[in-house]
Amino acid sequence: MQLLEVKGIGKRFGGLQAVNGVSFGVRGGTVKALIGPNGAGKTTLFNLISGFLTPDNGTILFHNHPVQGLRPFEIAAKGMARTFQHIRLFPEMTSLENVMIGRHIHGKSGFLSAMLDLPRTRREDRDAREKALELMDFLGIAGLAGHEATSLSYGQQRLVELARGLACEPALLLLDEPAAGLNMRETAEMAFLISRIRDRGVTILIVEHDMSLVMNISDEIIVLNYGEKIADDVPLAIQKNEDVIRIYLGGDGDA
Amino acid sequence: MRSRIHRALFGLVAAVIAVQQVTAYTGSEYYLTQLTMSAYYSLVIVGLCLLMGYAGQISLGHAGFFAIGGYISAFLTTHDLSPLKDSGIVSFLSKAGLLSQRTDLYGGRLLTVQPWAACIVAILATVVIAYIVGGPVLRLKGHYLAMATLGFGTIIYRIAIGTTALGAADGLSDVPPFRLLPFLEVSGEMSDRVQNYYIAWGLVILAVLFSLNIIHSRIGRALRSIHGAEDAANAMGIDTARYKLNTFVLSAVFASVAGVFLTHYNGGIGPSEASIMKSVRYVAIVAVGGMANLWGALVMGTLLNFLSLRGYLGTYDDAVFGGILIIIMLFVPQGLLHVDVFRGLRGLVLRRPNEKET
Amino acid sequence: MNFDLFFQYIVAGITYGTIYAVVAIGFNIIYNATGIINFAQGEFVMLGGMTAVTLLRYLPLPAAVLAAMIITMLVGGLIEILFIRWLYKPSVLRMIIITIGLSILIRETALHIWGEGVKALPYFTGTSVSSIKLGGVFISPQVLWVVGISAVMVALLNIFFSYTITGRQMRACSVNRDAARLCGINAKNMVTLSFMLSAAIGALGGCIVSPITYVQYDSGTPLAIKGFTVAILGGLGNSVAAVAAGLVLGILESFSIWVMPAAYKDVISISILLLILFVRPSGLFGSKEAADLKEF
Repeated sequence: MQLLEVKGIGKRFGGLQAVNGVSFGVRGGTVKALIGPNGAGKTTLFNLISGFLTPDNGTILFHNHPVQGLRPFEIAAKGMARTFQHIRLFPEMTSLENVMIGRHIHGKSGFLSAMLDLPRTRREDRDAREKALELMDFLGIAGLAGHEATSLSYGQQRLVELARGLACEPALLLLDEPAAGLNMRETAEMAFLISRIRDRGVTILIVEHDMSLVMNISDEIIVLNYGEKIADDVPLAIQKNEDVIRIYLGGDGDA
Repeated sequence: MRSRIHRALFGLVAAVIAVQQVTAYTGSEYYLTQLTMSAYYSLVIVGLCLLMGYAGQISLGHAGFFAIGGYISAFLTTHDLSPLKDSGIVSFLSKAGLLSQRTDLYGGRLLTVQPWAACIVAILATVVIAYIVGGPVLRLKGHYLAMATLGFGTIIYRIAIGTTALGAADGLSDVPPFRLLPFLEVSGEMSDRVQNYYIAWGLVILAVLFSLNIIHSRIGRALRSIHGAEDAANAMGIDTARYKLNTFVLSAVFASVAGVFLTHYNGGIGPSEASIMKSVRYVAIVAVGGMANLWGALVMGTLLNFLSLRGYLGTYDDAVFGGILIIIMLFVPQGLLHVDVFRGLRGLVLRRPNEKET
Repeated sequence: MNFDLFFQYIVAGITYGTIYAVVAIGFNIIYNATGIINFAQGEFVMLGGMTAVTLLRYLPLPAAVLAAMIITMLVGGLIEILFIRWLYKPSVLRMIIITIGLSILIRETALHIWGEGVKALPYFTGTSVSSIKLGGVFISPQVLWVVGISAVMVALLNIFFSYTITGRQMRACSVNRDAARLCGINAKNMVTLSFMLSAAIGALGGCIVSPITYVQYDSGTPLAIKGFTVAILGGLGNSVAAVAAGLVLGILESFSIWVMPAAYKDVISISILLLILFVRPSGLFGSKEAADLKEF
């Protein structure tokens, strides 16, 4: 069953057609990768799906409900979490607190309840803390819980951001270049973690430049070029696709 | 975390009691008057600190909310309704026990709204106004937000100083005492000085408790995340606009309550309470204390207001606040009492790596 | 309302509107150079008026006005050098608070120097009761001075920014400071210059309008808010539009006395400010896309 269905989506910035009539689907429980040269419109597409941009045309169905035009926090509340290409952790907060923010949509206690520190607030707070610690343990960063998140190494920050996304317990997790800036060992670890996350039942859509990572973990790959979809297939077929080879070999070779 | 909140609050309670005891022993109880007034101003500052430090939104119009609270309760508790005694609404209010009869200074009989009812009306009005103004204002950022809140403050000030029914430049006076409980009364009476000190500081302690609870809750984390990286907060499902607005309204209510109580305590309110300079002072104090530092704001609020009210700053009163603003923002934009400054000092003394709490 | 009264309202509106435009231009010059809104802009106007009144005791009127402009200009430059120049990438909030602090300090200094009294320069020509017949109506000659000097000033500014090297360098800095620096322009000096220019313009505004509106130690803040309203109305950074916007606001305010008591005059103009900020922050004449590109 398709968890996410993008149909003929387009976005124009001034004279630039950043994304042009792209359609694809992501089946539940799979990892789908989005690749393409720089400026192909990958991040724009991500921003359209997660609500940071509003598409000019086309529809996006999530759980078979249209979500285009909804604001980011509304989409997040429907079970779609994302990470950012340039890590965006909350400064002056510990990594545990950062991950606990991921639990936000699962809490219900409001301003008044928080102000008066009612039992429900306390219970939710305890649950959020436990769940966050469990996830940090799962990603092997439980030992960093008390450290200020922005003081951690780049690789560790990536993992904290990943934990924060997982804490939302999303049906779909969007990962924007999770291996960017990581060394080879860290990249291999990231690939391993992503497949384990998939095994937990989380569907993943990933933008990534690291081809070995993409080929390893993806069930399907979409290739974008100049805002248009060139190919959408299993990794083996993509590797043999002539259009794709031409783009990558004839392009600027940044892959 | 929770036990730390309680310990800190206990410290505050102890300090409040200790100060009162010291003034009683040394026969310097006259200080209590200024300490009481400082407490009410600190109440505004605690709310503003929540808004500026934790939700990251500046407001240059908070004196406006103070004035809304003060003026509404002053107007309702001094405006004589006896000429309208026979009208439907007034007789209804009277039957509902919301009105009270009293004699004014010159022996005339007045029929006015009960302080409790006036207080509730004032707070409700503040909530409504804060929602109406805050909705669009908080969509603005940076200079635009600053100017819009400054504009709001100026409008309130102009209305206060330009409306005859509100006493224009003289403001409203002869505001009656506010009987909270049969044995507890907000008034400027000499004999009530000690209990008023405790009423005022009780309110501050309550506000601090509420604020700390919020800061350390799910809501507080959400607020701090907005401040740190709004995009990411949004992606985590946090309705940033709503939380900003709620904090704005809450801080407006703190300011309004302070206005209501201080007006009853002083027996009146004048337009200077609504002036831009007052709003700027509140911002200055929050900045000095370290934006996201409730305790710093509280200490600085009490200290500076106390000095100012005692007249120690003389004719340089406003200039001192202007100077403080500049110096702090130039050299320690983190604020004088910010944790980092303390950590630095502690590090210097102890020569030990900073420990991070979990 | 008869035609005479109607015309008097228009004239009053134009006079005040011109001053608002002058303050708005001051805002724009600094904003273009730095991205800062200088909350002390109104204080430059006050300072100019006050200084000129004092200097008038020793100097003839034109010299006093010129000297007041130069003194205020130096104050403006000094402020930039002391409080702004050496800050490394200050946050917007920090700059707001610093310039607010400066406005308080200038105001308090003025209070200690000149006291609370209301002051005014004499009418440049004639007296408060003299008037000139223009068409079928009479107007005060000072109004002509205000409008005339402001018009000359706007024209000179345009020439300065379009045809002189320094003016062009300032514009280059406002478009892209890093690129300008690579071309050998000292961007920091351009910022200092923008403060000086803006202070001098404010001071001139304060001088020409003081016979009509009077000046007092605390007359800066209301002017700053109105000037900002006008700057926003015209689209931040656009000085020509600011003139039009100034006249619109001045005349609107002038006619507001019709429907509301004069005490609420400011309430009208500030409500307009809020309304515009809410509905169309790019201003009446600015483009929405351009406003989105500006960083706030």
